[in-house]
Amino acid sequence: MAIDVRIPTILRTYTDGAKAVTADGATLSALIDDLESTYPGIKDRLVDNGDLRRFVNVYINDEDVRFIGGLDADLADGDQVVVLPAVAGGAR
Amino acid sequence: MLTIDQATYDAIVAHARRDHPDEACGIVAGPEGSDRPERFVPMVNAAGSPTFYEFDSTELLQLYKDMDARDEEPVVVYHSHTATEAYPSRTDIGLASEPNAHYVLVSTREHGNNDGPVEFRSYRIIDGQVTEEEVAVVDQLPPRSDP
Repeated sequence: MAIDVRIPTILRTYTDGAKAVTADGATLSALIDDLESTYPGIKDRLVDNGDLRRFVNVYINDEDVRFIGGLDADLADGDQVVVLPAVAGGAR
Repeated sequence: MLTIDQATYDAIVAHARRDHPDEACGIVAGPEGSDRPERFVPMVNAAGSPTFYEFDSTELLQLYKDMDARDEEPVVVYHSHTATEAYPSRTDIGLASEPNAHYVLVSTREHGNNDGPVEFRSYRIIDGQVTEEEVAVVDQLPPRSDP
């Protein structure tokens, strides 16, 4: 199973500069574990205490995974995953 | 140094004034690696808050797909502070995730929705380190060096 994963600029230090990589997994959680085995350290930037980090957005085929099961979201061969850090901040 | 054209500068300030007392946010995209802020893209502050901003996640994806299709990157990421100075807060620093971008902060604390001078400052925020930089406002950006 091959899933195309788009990597944001800030995480390309883990992927030797690659903008997109291929990984494997039947769920988002499994996919992230597979990424971690190839690119050690990347999981911690995506997941905190067993949940997707609040200010990291992950999309499967353009759907925000928060609406389709989060880390349990299903993946199928040919799916496209996009990781984008939130653009957020503020005076608070 | 951030070099920005007057029209884009004015558009950022106008957006900040319009959305006051909530924080306004957006980007200025430009060709990858060019350091040229060419395409002004105001965004909705999904947080709708005077002390926080966040791009809506669906609009964020669309924005990055558009930039990808045009070989662009966010050259400027801007937002306003509406009651405090135009300096990155701890939240701004912790969440800054575009190491190549100029982070522009505008403060509308003096004049709110009205005309009058605003603070307009620019920073690099990399690995939690904030470096303020000079802002050069020009009539027009110089011609591109590589056509």
